[in-house]
Amino acid sequence: MPKTMFQKVWEQHEVAPETADTPAVLFIDLHLIHEVTTPQAFDVLRERGLSVRRTDLTLATMDHSTPTRTEQVFGGVPISTSAAGRQVQQLQRNCAAAGIELLDMHNDLRGIVHIIGPELGLTRPGRTIVCGDSHTSTHGAFGALAFGIGTTEVGHVFATQCILQRKPKTFAINVNQKLRAGVTAKDLVLAIIGQIGVEGGTGHVLEYRGEGIRALNMDERMTVCNMSIEAGARAGMIAPDETTFSYLADRPRSPSGAAWERAVERWRALPTDAGASFDREHTLDAAAVEPMISYGTHPGMVIPVSGTVPDRHGDPVFDKALHYMGFSAGQSLREQKVNVVFIGSCTNGRLADLRAAAQLLRGHKIAGGVRMLVVPGSQQVKAAAEAEGLHQIFLDAGAEWRESGCSMCIGMNGDTVARGEYSVSTSNRNFEGRQGAGARTLLASPLTAAASAIRGRVTDPRELM
Amino acid sequence: MDKFSIIRSRTVVLPASNIDTDQIIPARFLTTTTREGLGKQLFADWRYAPDGTPKADFVLNQPAARDCQVLVAGHNLGCGSSREHAPWALLDYGIRAVISTEIADIFRNNSLKNGLLPIVVDAATSAWLIAHPGSEVEIDLSSTTLTLPSGTRVKFPIDPFARYCLLNGIDELGFLLSQHERIAAYEARHPDN
Repeated sequence: MPKTMFQKVWEQHEVAPETADTPAVLFIDLHLIHEVTTPQAFDVLRERGLSVRRTDLTLATMDHSTPTRTEQVFGGVPISTSAAGRQVQQLQRNCAAAGIELLDMHNDLRGIVHIIGPELGLTRPGRTIVCGDSHTSTHGAFGALAFGIGTTEVGHVFATQCILQRKPKTFAINVNQKLRAGVTAKDLVLAIIGQIGVEGGTGHVLEYRGEGIRALNMDERMTVCNMSIEAGARAGMIAPDETTFSYLADRPRSPSGAAWERAVERWRALPTDAGASFDREHTLDAAAVEPMISYGTHPGMVIPVSGTVPDRHGDPVFDKALHYMGFSAGQSLREQKVNVVFIGSCTNGRLADLRAAAQLLRGHKIAGGVRMLVVPGSQQVKAAAEAEGLHQIFLDAGAEWRESGCSMCIGMNGDTVARGEYSVSTSNRNFEGRQGAGARTLLASPLTAAASAIRGRVTDPRELM
Repeated sequence: MDKFSIIRSRTVVLPASNIDTDQIIPARFLTTTTREGLGKQLFADWRYAPDGTPKADFVLNQPAARDCQVLVAGHNLGCGSSREHAPWALLDYGIRAVISTEIADIFRNNSLKNGLLPIVVDAATSAWLIAHPGSEVEIDLSSTTLTLPSGTRVKFPIDPFARYCLLNGIDELGFLLSQHERIAAYEARHPDN
């Protein structure tokens, strides 16, 4: 019987299959942790006298509430909020006591949890990966089954290296043809969410397939899988191929020698078998996707940059969203004034994203009155960008160049957008207040963000290319 | 965990669809290292003006909402971030069950693990509940029924294992720990993982 990639990975990790009475017990190959969603889980371990079962499969970093100002990360200037400082210290104490490797504040390998797993070679095809963070779906770009969990489940994985799960359904997203110039993976995934809806994937694992997906590099595939959760999906996966293997070869913690050969052989058997069926399917044409931007307060409220805000007369929730954003039905966003531009996050904080933005910004200044923050996704991304001179392009343009972290995507560390201001952001959520109380977020690609910074108004990047 | 018993309560209604966990508890409150005391920050940006004064027109600030244990919300409640602080904040405030036509996966999981009952109902039941805030309802987990003031009984789906754990006050970690031998056998079979 032909199987989907999801089915194969699921079955390979069943410690006990699900029954009518009990969920499956699923083994977890990699548990990534950070400062925000773990303190209460460590407390439970202590209260119950338990220890972490597999410290070798657990890796900690700090990213959400950490500062991005160099003087705060390296210069001894205290973290802005004392609560964030306490949270970071608690992670340090908890990891030391449990024997978990922590990529601490000054570690060259530190970064956003979903950026560092892949770049270290820990994110691999066929693995099960969890983290107390919904954007764990990112790792599915390698053909891993990766999903976000709550703090109680973090405790379960600490104690048993397993979690209890009901088997989700499968949902194929078939992407025909290739993206056109100036249109990015971010635009593709925003278009997909716009089509299937923010609850379209609930209860399902997405598999992105087709020519439009195979043509993407790994950084781009991660952008797509990252936002699976914004369609409500449990996870998003892409079949591993030569692009995947060449990304993973020679990563610091990838298998090597004979172990690498064995691993690649296993990985080649993972893709969905011909004739396997999915519970649902959706098909779109990548060549028809335009640069996209969000106009509302969830990631399904998106239009092409050249489009106009739709009219849903009489829908009070829709009208409330437009009121929050200060927009009206029928309006074009193209001349919308921009206050802040943010390039970074687990969605678009990788080297390919910074290169794309820099390519557009080279030789330009950002418009007067615009504040632009460029926050690399990890210290390794930062170093690689600096080796190419990208940081100088950003600085010359008038942007701020920061240390790595979640930063203005979630606004926990003091990097926030002021009330009422408009932010063109490469992050993943335009929820009310996501980037700061009262902040208005316009989700877009790094190209659209850079073009909008130059003009000071929402801009289709193809006008500057 | 306490054994789950019958809830009899008036409802409080937030009709918006796609209420995300950033609304339930904004990220700036996630720097806490405990799970207690989050109720005062529940729906903070909808509940309080920027200067911290309660907004009189927000439903949770109205006298009728006092002591309500059941929150009725629009479609796709709890989407977005995986923060377990969302059910912690609801429980700390006094909410013990949430009702919607769809509840996002991670939020539903997190709720069940903390004794907050996520109840999915059909569109007609939801529409009636949204149109009649303050209705006295009864939620019986043992029979998985929601009883409306008219006496109409609506069955709701819930994972049988989660139901068993909630009714008996058992936490799921105990079950997982009891699987120790199978986990060890799995690890021995899969040295490469």
